Amino acid sequence: MKANCKISFPRFGNYNIAIEILMKLGLECDYIDAPLTTKKTLEIGTKYSPDFVCTPFKYQLGGYIEAIEAGANTLIQVGGPCRLGYYGELHEQILKDLGYDVKFINMAEADFAKPLTFYNEFKKINPKLNLKKVTSTLLLVVKIVDAIDKIEDFIRQNIGFEKNEGDFDLLHREFLAELRTVRTKKELNQTYKKYYTRLKNVETNKPTHPLQVGLIGEYYTIMDPYSNHYIEKELAKKGMIIKRWMNITNSFFNAPEQEIKKSIKDYAKYDMGATSMYTVKCALDYAKDGFDGIIHIKSFGCTPEIDAMPVLQRISEDYKIPIIYFSFDSQTSDVGINTRIEAFHDMIIMRKEKKK
Amino acid sequence: MKKAYLGIDIGSISTKGIIIDEDNSILASMYLWTEGNPIDAVKKLIHILKEQINLEAYKVVGVGTTGSARKLIGTILGANTIKNEITAHAIGTLSLYPDVRTIFEIGGQDSKIILIDDGIVIDYAMNTLCAAGTGSFLSSQSKRLGLEVEEFGPLALKSKNPTNIAARCTVFAESDLVHKAQIGHKKEDIVAGLCKAVVTNYLNNVGKGKKIYAPIVFQGGVSKNIGVIKAFENATGEKIIVDENSHLMGALGVAILAKDSDEEIEFNFDIEDITFETKGIECKRCANNCEIICIYKDKELIDSWGNKCDNGAIKVRKREKVH
Repeated sequence: MKANCKISFPRFGNYNIAIEILMKLGLECDYIDAPLTTKKTLEIGTKYSPDFVCTPFKYQLGGYIEAIEAGANTLIQVGGPCRLGYYGELHEQILKDLGYDVKFINMAEADFAKPLTFYNEFKKINPKLNLKKVTSTLLLVVKIVDAIDKIEDFIRQNIGFEKNEGDFDLLHREFLAELRTVRTKKELNQTYKKYYTRLKNVETNKPTHPLQVGLIGEYYTIMDPYSNHYIEKELAKKGMIIKRWMNITNSFFNAPEQEIKKSIKDYAKYDMGATSMYTVKCALDYAKDGFDGIIHIKSFGCTPEIDAMPVLQRISEDYKIPIIYFSFDSQTSDVGINTRIEAFHDMIIMRKEKKK
Repeated sequence: MKKAYLGIDIGSISTKGIIIDEDNSILASMYLWTEGNPIDAVKKLIHILKEQINLEAYKVVGVGTTGSARKLIGTILGANTIKNEITAHAIGTLSLYPDVRTIFEIGGQDSKIILIDDGIVIDYAMNTLCAAGTGSFLSSQSKRLGLEVEEFGPLALKSKNPTNIAARCTVFAESDLVHKAQIGHKKEDIVAGLCKAVVTNYLNNVGKGKKIYAPIVFQGGVSKNIGVIKAFENATGEKIIVDENSHLMGALGVAILAKDSDEEIEFNFDIEDITFETKGIECKRCANNCEIICIYKDKELIDSWGNKCDNGAIKVRKREKVH
């Protein structure tokens, strides 16, 4: 039974494909693709946001408004592990005050420990939903997210060495387009395998010991390329391997809290909230693995990540690994960012040559 | 004919130029205000440098640019080296002080710290969001106090009891300064307090969490301010080295990098009569509305940038490209 709602979610990396499939296939409702994030999205979002909220709030609010203008009448907020968890209510209120008549589904009200609460949230979208269908689609969607993460992981590590500029980007775009049409596990496996093989066959010239840089930091900004000014690509283009543990799959399914706490106990005794523990853990791993440098990314004013920074400075000192910090707000000029990236690149090259 | 190399550092406030020979000796140097027009500033600069150098004995075969307008100026001069200011400053300073461990750099708009170990940069940081530790803050405050920037340092040295001025944020510092002046603090004490505030802000924001080892070299426009030098010495307990050419380190660094580059270029000092124009075009292909900057040399497009994606690429025909 088809529900009478047009649902949307603001752009977030390339994960909207997964949400689209969940809504169309699992909840049997129409999905409105939110327009791609642009300068305008941020402008709208900033205009109607309190000044002191973090940038993800502004991007999302801008995204909601653009989605409404594109025809959506139902919006989802997924919440998050920090103050993002409270953003849903605020977004909803702001949209109401602006006079938008939309339904707002706030997943932050559901409880991870009680899966049934998610079912209740979904029911608000489509009261006649089919539990079996939702469950099977959810399982598929988890796999789709995993495929996105794996493919992007591979690209990140190789795009800096492509012989023919643009090969990886083109395949990436084709992969995402095909992924959108996937409806079964079988189709997904076919698509994934096809593109993984094609990506592997892209001609590259990787040196024997290329520069390796690890990206760590706050959940939203690190995963949304527009928010971080495509920093991964800018870095990779200079000819290095970029590694990033933080993605949806890892943070949901590969993050055993106790184990992580134990592994960083020399550096952090208490959980500082949100992604801070993962940030410390990843920095420590990259340092131990002998990476050439680490880049820390956060939105301006992200408290958990600010708390993690002194710990990172200790890791940097102990392992003699340079860590550079980027804080993103609603600025849109790349000049300062590029200067820092360039200097960072020069520095790690010099350090590497010295080590030889 | 001996070979020479030109290095230009085009900052937000000032433009610095230097010509060196193959032994890094300075053959010509100049410092002038950018005044919001980097192209004109560089034309003036090159004209002055031309008069300082003996063109019958030397031939410029390498040009390097650094500073925030490095790309623009590098493009119009056909430079063989375009480098960020952090690397350029480090290279320049290392050529004069091979043992340096820490470089403090405070310029007009930004400030940075560069940590060096065994002749290589091991860490750096730049100010990000606050201008309290920069030269433009000092110059705006000196205006408020009715002083020339040049008088600032010597006056600060006269103070026996520097006024405490909140250093956390430019706006707070400014209102603190006004209040202290209004309740009767002496001008020299306020000025000394400001120098201290700049140093505190710098060490807390830019130098945060970094271990500072001597020798310390201080450079950038603010290094000409003796009050700030003293405040740095008090805060670190170390001697602060300021080179007489401390303002030229970026230009020197990028000249050395141009020398080390494999490529040699033809450089013509007579650029005064060439018109360089830049045109900003707003790309309308998506809502990003990227502002694309096109650079014209005598009405001919030589380069363009600013587009986020290929849709906005304005291509230069091959034969038109100058380098």
